[in-house]
Amino acid sequence: MWLWFHKLGSPPYFYRTAGRLIPWFAIPAALLLLAGTVGGLAIAPPDYEQGDGFRIIYVHVPSAYLAMFGYVAMAVAAAIGLIWRMKLAFAFAAACAPVGAAFTFLCLATGSLWGKPMWGVWWDWDGRMTSMLVLLFLYLGVIALRGAFDDAAKGDRAAALLAIVGVVNIPIIKFSVDWWNTLHQPATISKLSAPSMTMDMLGWLLTMVVGYMLFFAAVVTLRLRGEVLLRERGARWIRGLDGRA
Amino acid sequence: MTPTRKRRLVMVTALVAGVGLATTLALRAFQENMLYFYSPTEFVELGVPAERTIRVGGLVADGSVRRAPGSMTIEFLVTDHAYTVPVSYTGVLPDLFREGQGVVARGRIGDNGVFVAENLMAKHDENYMPPEVAQALHAGKMRAIERAQQGFPAETESNNGAAVADDSGHAGSSYSGGY
Amino acid sequence: MREFLLMDGYWAYVWGSWILTLVVMLGLIATARRHHRRALVEAARETEAPLPARAAVKELS
Repeated sequence: MWLWFHKLGSPPYFYRTAGRLIPWFAIPAALLLLAGTVGGLAIAPPDYEQGDGFRIIYVHVPSAYLAMFGYVAMAVAAAIGLIWRMKLAFAFAAACAPVGAAFTFLCLATGSLWGKPMWGVWWDWDGRMTSMLVLLFLYLGVIALRGAFDDAAKGDRAAALLAIVGVVNIPIIKFSVDWWNTLHQPATISKLSAPSMTMDMLGWLLTMVVGYMLFFAAVVTLRLRGEVLLRERGARWIRGLDGRA
Repeated sequence: MTPTRKRRLVMVTALVAGVGLATTLALRAFQENMLYFYSPTEFVELGVPAERTIRVGGLVADGSVRRAPGSMTIEFLVTDHAYTVPVSYTGVLPDLFREGQGVVARGRIGDNGVFVAENLMAKHDENYMPPEVAQALHAGKMRAIERAQQGFPAETESNNGAAVADDSGHAGSSYSGGY
Repeated sequence: MREFLLMDGYWAYVWGSWILTLVVMLGLIATARRHHRRALVEAARETEAPLPARAAVKELS
C-alpha cells in the first residue's frame, strides 16, 4: 500500500496511471449521463405542481453538488499542498478549479432557467443564490490568482490560501435555506431524513449525480495530467511520450 | 511529521478557524439586515418604514384572492397563520401562484396599509411526486380528517397516509419558509 | 412526440437547460484536451523535443 502510494507520487508513474484511468471514468460517465437524460426527460413522471418543468432538477442539482464538492476537493488538496509542499496536490487543486467553476456556472444558469417559469424571476438575491454566486467568484479568484504569478510555485501557494479561506462559504451555501428566509426551497435529499421525492423520480436523479461525478473525475484527471506535465517540464521522462499519450 | 509541517498545519487550521469565526460573527451581527423577506409576523411586529422597499413572504390565504374585473390587478392576503398582510399586485402571475401556496412579494406599503407589490414570486417546496401520488396522499389525508371528526382514534392504519403527508409537508398547505 | 417536445409548455426552459449543460460539458472536454496537449508540447519543448511532440506542435499551429 505504502509502496503503491510512493509510486503514485512519482510523476511518470502517476502520469501513466492517470491516463489509463480516464476511460474507466469517461465511459461509465457517458452511459450514466445518457441513461439519466432519457430517464429524467422521458421516463420519470411529471411533478404534481410543476409538471414537466421540474425536470430541470436533473441537470441543476448534480451541477450544484459538483460545484460544492469540487470546491471542497480543491481546498483540501490546497491545504495538503501547503502543509506538505506536495506538487501533485497543487496540480490537483489547479485541475479542479476551472471544472468546478464551470459547474457553478451551470448550476446558476440552470437554476435561473428553472426560476423564471416557477418562481416568476430569473434571479433574486436570496441567501442560496447569493452564496452560490460568491462561490463562482471564489473559483474565478483562485484561477486568476494562480495566473497572476510568474513563479508557478508562488502562484500555487497564493491560490491555495484563497481556496482554503473560501471554504467557509460552503456551509453557508448548504445551510442558507435553513438559516434564513429564502426563495429557494430546502434540500430534497439530505442524509438525515428520507428524500422528499418518490423513487421513480429519485432514481434518475441519483443516476445523473453519479454520472456527473464520473464526468468530473474524467475531466479533472485529464487536466491533472496536463498540470503534472507543466510542473515537470524539461524532465527526462517526458521525452518518451508521444503526442497522443 | 516534521516541525515545519506541523507549524504549517497549525497555521492552516488556525486560518480556517479564524475566518470561520469572523464570518459567523459577521453573519450574526447582520442577521436582521440580511432578512430576505419579512414574514407577516415580522412585518407587523417589527414595523417597517413606509418608504422602504422590502419583501414580504408567506402563504396566500385560502379564499382571499380577488381580481379586479377588466384589469391585471389582483389582491390577496399573505398569512403565516398568526398575522396577515393584504397585498395588491398588477402584472403577470408566476405559474405556481395559487391559494395555499408560498409567495414572496417585493414592494412597499401603500397609503391604505395595503402592501403594493412590484414583483411577485411564487415559492415551491422541496417535495416532488407524480400527480397520482399527490392525489392519493390528499385523499388519504381527507379520509383521516373525516375519521378524526367522527371521533375515531388518530392512530388507525389508514391514518398512515396522512402522517406521511404531514411529515413531508405536502397537501398544498406546506410552506417551507423557515421563520 | 409533440407533447413530449413541448414539456407542458416549459420546453424552452427544459430543453434550454439541457442544451446548455451539454455545451458546457463538451466545452470542458475540449478545453481539458487542449490543456493536456499544450502541456505536452510545452513540456517536451524544454527537453530535446522528440518527433511526435514536434508533430503535435504543427498540429496546434
